Amino acid sequence: MTVRQLTEIQGFSPVVLADPEREIKNVYIGDLLSWVMGKAQQDDAWITIMSNVNVLAVATLADTACVILAEGVLLDADVKLTAEQKGVNVISTDKSAYEIAKILAKANE
Amino acid sequence: MSEPLVFRFDVDGDDFTSAGQASVQVKKNLRQLGLLPEIIRRVSIAMYEGEINMVIHAGGGKAEVQVDNECVTIILEDKGPGIKNIEQAMQEGFSTAPDAIRSLGFGAGMGLPNMKRYSDEMNISSVVGEGTKIVMKVFIR
Ligand SMILES: Nc1ncnc2c1ncn2[C@@H]1O[C@H](COP(=O)(O)OP(=O)(O)O)[C@@H](O)[C@H]1O
Ligand SMILES: [Mg+2]
Repeated sequence: MTVRQLTEIQGFSPVVLADPEREIKNVYIGDLLSWVMGKAQQDDAWITIMSNVNVLAVATLADTACVILAEGVLLDADVKLTAEQKGVNVISTDKSAYEIAKILAKANE
Repeated sequence: MSEPLVFRFDVDGDDFTSAGQASVQVKKNLRQLGLLPEIIRRVSIAMYEGEINMVIHAGGGKAEVQVDNECVTIILEDKGPGIKNIEQAMQEGFSTAPDAIRSLGFGAGMGLPNMKRYSDEMNISSVVGEGTKIVMKVFIR
C-alpha cells in the first residue's frame, strides 16, 4: 500500500505528504533512535511516539517510507516545517502501534 | 573519479536540533555521485551516529568524508573528553548519556555498535582529556 492510501483509511491523518505515492513494504516499531537506525529497513513504515526534530533525520537516513505518529502524538509547527523541507512523509493517528501494525499487515497481505 | 572527493563539515556542539545536517548533506552528495542506495544508507547512518556522539558527548567536532573508486571514508574528530574504555563503550547498551538526551530517543548505547555494523572497517583512537578520532570505511565494491 502507498502512504497516500494509508492516509485514506479512517483514523489516519496526513501531517506531511512529501512523497505520497511511496510504497510501504514493511513495518518497524520503536522509539529509541539508534535501535531504529540499526534495525529498520528501507521502505518501512516507522511507527513511533517520538516527535522531536531528530526523528526526521533518522527517517531520512534510514530511508523509511513514512513516520506514523501513534497514540495521538502531534508534531510541533517547526518540526512539521522541517519535515516538509526534508521531504519526510508523516502521518498521525490516535491508534496504538499494535492497531496500526495490524492494519498495515492486513493491507499488505 | 580519479581524484578522491572530499567533503568537510563543522559539527556544532551547542545545537542538538540541527545535529545530523552533515550526514543528511553527505547522503545527498553520495546520491548525486550515483552510489548504490544500500551503500549510501550505511555511510549516512554510520556518520549520523558519529555526528550525534560528537554533539552529545564531545561538544562538537569536525567531520570529513572522502570518496574514491574503492570506498567512502568517514573521519570524525573532536576535542572532547575522550573515551576511557573503548571496549566498554563499544558494547551494546553502554551509555553515559544524560536523561535529557534519553528523553529525545538517544542514549540507547547503540551508536558505536551501529557504526561498527554499518562500516566495513572502523578504528577509534581516543585520549582522555584530549579527544577522539574515529575513522570508518565503507567499501563501494
Ligand atoms: N566522541 C565521543 N567522545 C567522548 N565519548 C564518547 C564519544 N562517542 C561515544 N562516547 C562514549 O561512548 C558511549 C557509547 O556511545 P554510543 O554507543 O554511541 O551510545 P550513546 O551515544 O547512546 O551513549 C557514550 O555513552 C560515551 O560515553
Ligand atoms: Mg551515540
